[in-house]
Amino acid sequence: MSFDTAFFVEPLIKSVVLVLGLTLGFAYLTLFERRVLARLQVRIGPNRAGPGGILQPIADAVKLIFKEELIPSAADKLVFVLAPIITVVPALIVLGVVPFGPTVIIFGRSVRLALADLNVGVLYILSITSISIYGIVLAGWASNNKYAMLGGIRSSAQMVSYELALGLSWVGPILLANSMSLEKIVEAQRSLWFVVWQPVGVLIFFIAALAEVNRAPFDMPEAEQELTAGYHVEYSGMKFALFFMAEYIKMIAVCVIGATLFFGGYLGPLVDRWPWLGPFYLLLKVVALLFVMVWVRATLPRIRYDRLMAFGWKVLMPLALLNVVVTAVVLVVIG
Amino acid sequence: MAVRGIVEGLATTLGMMFERPVTIAYPEVKRPVRPRFRGRHDLKRYDNGLEKCIGCALCAAACPADAIFVEAAENTDIVRFSPGERYARTYEINYLRCIFCGYCEDACPTEAIVLESQYELSYTDRRTAILGREQLLVPVPPGGQPTPQRVAPHSFDRAIPDMKDPE
Repeated sequence: MSFDTAFFVEPLIKSVVLVLGLTLGFAYLTLFERRVLARLQVRIGPNRAGPGGILQPIADAVKLIFKEELIPSAADKLVFVLAPIITVVPALIVLGVVPFGPTVIIFGRSVRLALADLNVGVLYILSITSISIYGIVLAGWASNNKYAMLGGIRSSAQMVSYELALGLSWVGPILLANSMSLEKIVEAQRSLWFVVWQPVGVLIFFIAALAEVNRAPFDMPEAEQELTAGYHVEYSGMKFALFFMAEYIKMIAVCVIGATLFFGGYLGPLVDRWPWLGPFYLLLKVVALLFVMVWVRATLPRIRYDRLMAFGWKVLMPLALLNVVVTAVVLVVIG
Repeated sequence: MAVRGIVEGLATTLGMMFERPVTIAYPEVKRPVRPRFRGRHDLKRYDNGLEKCIGCALCAAACPADAIFVEAAENTDIVRFSPGERYARTYEINYLRCIFCGYCEDACPTEAIVLESQYELSYTDRRTAILGREQLLVPVPPGGQPTPQRVAPHSFDRAIPDMKDPE
């Protein structure tokens, strides 16, 4: 391994590209969601700011920047300011282990299109997603507001419960690929995507992912009607924008992880001849999964909190365990 | 089961994507107003060009928002604005006060003040929000003379004409 400048510069460039890509993706995901949600509700979404509404995210960003930054006087100031940061940073770094494409040649140098290829990549993802729960419960606490506290507690309990089912749903692809490294899991799907072997696993993954990201129908913690926006009720301006960003980036992240684990990641026709098609295929799959997330939001009513928890513990986790057992038994029997 | 309900719901929502959106793309497309829509006022004229308004100020009395200001003056046969003795020398409606209720239209004995279909009203300062006589009067109909008119004596003694019952 040569320790030349490129050795240090390459991960730096990849990180910058990843973070910028996620931020841009977040901005246009908000527009995508608003337009698709509108079409599902027989109306047109925002189409006035720029052609087709393309400058709408910029208008929203400018608006949020200009808003008054209010910190409640009795709030714990340090924690209040830190909480959005604790929520958003894990969302940005969780995609560090995902392979975005096969190895490409840039300027005569063979570059693997992944920030890092950990041999325990799946474990890394699971642990990083757990950190953002701290940010939410701290936001609820630091706001010095009963309803924000309740929202924060509810949200963290929900996320912790559904993380179990989420992690267990990932054991299926791990067993099938015989590795926790995401690169190897993608390579193992060359013949057939894991969604065919793990139909129940995909369903569990998707439901648990929706609950993990606090998305409808599991968005009780940020219910405007029940909890007056829950844990981020006291936040305004840029700090609120960070929470907003964290939620949408986590959405993108779980869709990328789902595409990688179940739908073949960057694999697709002719990807070996033209390696740059890899990220493009991944993008298509992620957009399809995001569409399904928005579609579910447009269709289903919010689930009441106690039913949400009962479902997570009494239905989804046993089902995920069963999925693991069945997958393991079938693999041992068939070989 | 619940799963079937969810799947049917998802199918319904997806089907909505293929329907034409119900949004009216204002300002490129404007929906026509309904009959009896209450928009900006017009002061009407008769077919011969004389104004219908006789300056009685019943509309100002009826207005719940005190938006109308009327000053009456005498008609003579040499300088005639409306049939009868009086006409409205000053007629102002303050559109920052007007609530578009239509009580003035109901109160008017000659059907002079009528709420029409103009709803795109915006002003940049208070002075321009007060519309006067000249801005509210309708143009002279074809075949009519502009006011003030010079008429034959005693041809328009009646202020309030015989009117048909409303439909």
